[in-house]
Amino acid sequence: MNAQPAGSAYFFASSSEEPVTHTLSVIVDNEPGVLARVVGLFSGRGYNIESLTVTETEHQKHLSRITIVTTGKPMILDQIKNQLGRMVPVHRVTDLTDTGRPLERELALVKVVGRGDNRVEALRLAEIYEAKVIDATTEHFVFQVTGTSYKVGEFLDIMQHLGMVEVARTGVAAMQRGQEVL
Amino acid sequence: MVIQALIDQGVEHIFGYPGGAVLPIYDELFQQEKVEHILVRHEQGAGHAAEGYARSTGKPGVALVTSGPAATNMVTPLTDALMDSIPLVCITGQVPTSLIGSDAFQECDTVGITRPCTKYNWLVRDVNDLARILHEAFVVATTGRPGPVVVDIPKDVQFATGTYHPPKKRTNGDIASSYMGYRPQLKGDPAAIREAVDLIAGAKKPVFYTGGGVVNSGRAASQLLRDLVELTGYPITSTLMGLGAYPASGKNWLGMLGMHGTFEANNAMHDCDVMICVGARFDDRITGRLDAFAPNSKKIHIDIDPSSINKNVHVDIPIVGDIGHVLEDMVRLWRSESKQVDKKALASWWKEIEGWRARHCLDYRANNDVIMPQYAIQRLYQATKGKDTYISTEVGQHQMWAAQFYGFEEPNRWMTSGGLGTMGYGLPAAVGIQVAHRDSLVIDIAGDASVLMTIQEFSTAVQHDLPIKIFILNNKYMGMVRQWQQLLHGNRLSHSYVESQPDFVKLAEAYGGVGLRAKTPAELDDKIDEMIATRQPVIFDCQVVNVENCFPMIPSGEAHNNMLLGESVSDEEVANAIGEEGKMLV
Ligand SMILES: Cc1ncc(C[n+]2csc(CCOP(=O)(O)OP(=O)(O)O)c2C)c(N)n1
Ligand SMILES: [Mg+2]
Repeated sequence: MNAQPAGSAYFFASSSEEPVTHTLSVIVDNEPGVLARVVGLFSGRGYNIESLTVTETEHQKHLSRITIVTTGKPMILDQIKNQLGRMVPVHRVTDLTDTGRPLERELALVKVVGRGDNRVEALRLAEIYEAKVIDATTEHFVFQVTGTSYKVGEFLDIMQHLGMVEVARTGVAAMQRGQEVL
Repeated sequence: MVIQALIDQGVEHIFGYPGGAVLPIYDELFQQEKVEHILVRHEQGAGHAAEGYARSTGKPGVALVTSGPAATNMVTPLTDALMDSIPLVCITGQVPTSLIGSDAFQECDTVGITRPCTKYNWLVRDVNDLARILHEAFVVATTGRPGPVVVDIPKDVQFATGTYHPPKKRTNGDIASSYMGYRPQLKGDPAAIREAVDLIAGAKKPVFYTGGGVVNSGRAASQLLRDLVELTGYPITSTLMGLGAYPASGKNWLGMLGMHGTFEANNAMHDCDVMICVGARFDDRITGRLDAFAPNSKKIHIDIDPSSINKNVHVDIPIVGDIGHVLEDMVRLWRSESKQVDKKALASWWKEIEGWRARHCLDYRANNDVIMPQYAIQRLYQATKGKDTYISTEVGQHQMWAAQFYGFEEPNRWMTSGGLGTMGYGLPAAVGIQVAHRDSLVIDIAGDASVLMTIQEFSTAVQHDLPIKIFILNNKYMGMVRQWQQLLHGNRLSHSYVESQPDFVKLAEAYGGVGLRAKTPAELDDKIDEMIATRQPVIFDCQVVNVENCFPMIPSGEAHNNMLLGESVSDEEVANAIGEEGKMLV
């Protein structure tokens, strides 16, 4: 935006800031409806969800871990974290992107159908991407590929041309580097 | 078990309406005398009554309703309470667990429907969780930023027997929630408090901007606010929800701010160099155009809810904590360090403010033949001000005139639907207030359209001997809608005229109450006195001039220093006041 009046801390700041993508880790009580609550927050307030995964991670303590990849302007991202943080069953919200480059992995199952050259090419490329064949007939493969979302995306782009007919992706699981724990 | 939990939580009154899925609880109610049940006429009424009860006492309001349509009728008051941070515990009946999900008779997904309009909610599937959840519900509703909660109890769980636990003792500073992650922060960060106090002391054009959070924090918070204003000598304004925390007769009072706030309050906000926001949330009705909001100011924001901070407006010093705790620390620091303000700067700032005040922005054209709505509120105020009075309102012009012309001296005396703007709030809220304060004078300042949304609760008032007064500023229009149509839509008054109004006097009588009517300024005072003297519920049909507009006003999309003032404004200015972009706003 144009000249900011002196002293004003906020002058439609959001419109000049670029959206960024962050990965959040949210530790919650594993209560019924927690996921609906989190998803409802995002849809109700118009926030983005690029990826969301959830499972119980500590059975005794009844805790689940939700990993959310979201995109927004920095002010909105702060809002998202605050809104999540004030929810009753939420223990902690950690912005993994803020604390460093997080480790992020995703898994995809990719069904490719075909014969002849395409089939050979698919298998060759799968090797390069370290994708495993977990099911096959003479007419098809199911590959299991893991890696960053970027790598998984690349693999899918390629398979698109080689007879890909079906995809299932898990969404991102993420953790910060180093020996510290959340 | 439900009733025992209510008793142990100190509940004396509940508002409710029975039905199939709550009959076991109603049966328990019948067999005890500690909890008094107020039978409403519509579940929405129970919700608003509980809100009025809560807001006027500082205690949580409790509502009890059945499943399905009763639960959906509660959605409006729950949302209202969420927006205005009112502690509400709503207990709903549900079909038996075995039938959940089968589209059973009067089944609805209550926790699903109320999830976005509660602070938290529970479906109790096991009677052994019931006591814990009920107690937890009170903890969540009343601590941190208060709000509504729902406990949905299937009928089989109501019939089942299980072990009951009394509530955990709340030790000092601990809120005794079993949710490990739920620990609202009460004390503010000392470093931020120190920084804020220094900034306040060094200000040249300061203003306190306070809100409903001060009232929610409790009486002590209002007193501390008054102390801090006294210590500094700084001007203070407040949102609609915060009225009464600082007395309207106080010498530093600028009046309300925002869309229909005073000229002096809004200009002080616009020109200030330090803004001290206490328990308010920079709502769009307050800020007006964001890019021109107090452009030269440093902002301090004290709020218990971290998500309120930096939501709409970036602030320089955020302090997360309970208003009472934070103000206490601020006042203590101010005193112990004998802080001094810049007296010279302050004197010239007040002089500037006096200049704005001299515009007399609330002036209106007096009239001897018809009652001006502003005049009616002024007379009502004069007649009631020495008394132990509580005011609620509906939504519309009358609400704004009440806020502008009625002087609130104490917190918890002013009950209005601020965030949601719910027409139909005021009458049931008055019922709830009167239940809590049997001997006080409780007046709903109403609009002719709004009051019909929940008029049935007048019957509740009659049944329970609640002598509420419904003071209708009857302009025969949805006045606020008509005003916006004049401002935005070429004065095409599409469906904002209320044809075939009921005869409000006869209506009151039909319900078994008293009806009064005033048509001229000359008879107004006597009729108001008569209303006050009546020990029965009253509907007062105060017939006012039909097409008066509510001024001053910041047109949508405009800045604080660009207000329309009532006296001077021409019809043409009114028609052109809002730009194309502003028309998109609400
Ligand atoms: C439940 C609900 N429906 C619609 C509105 C929109 N609305 C706001 S003010 C208003 C008119 C209120 O008319 P009245 O009660 O007569 O008050 P007046 O403005 O005339 O004083 C309307 C329809 C609302 N606030 N709430
Ligand atoms: Mg009206």
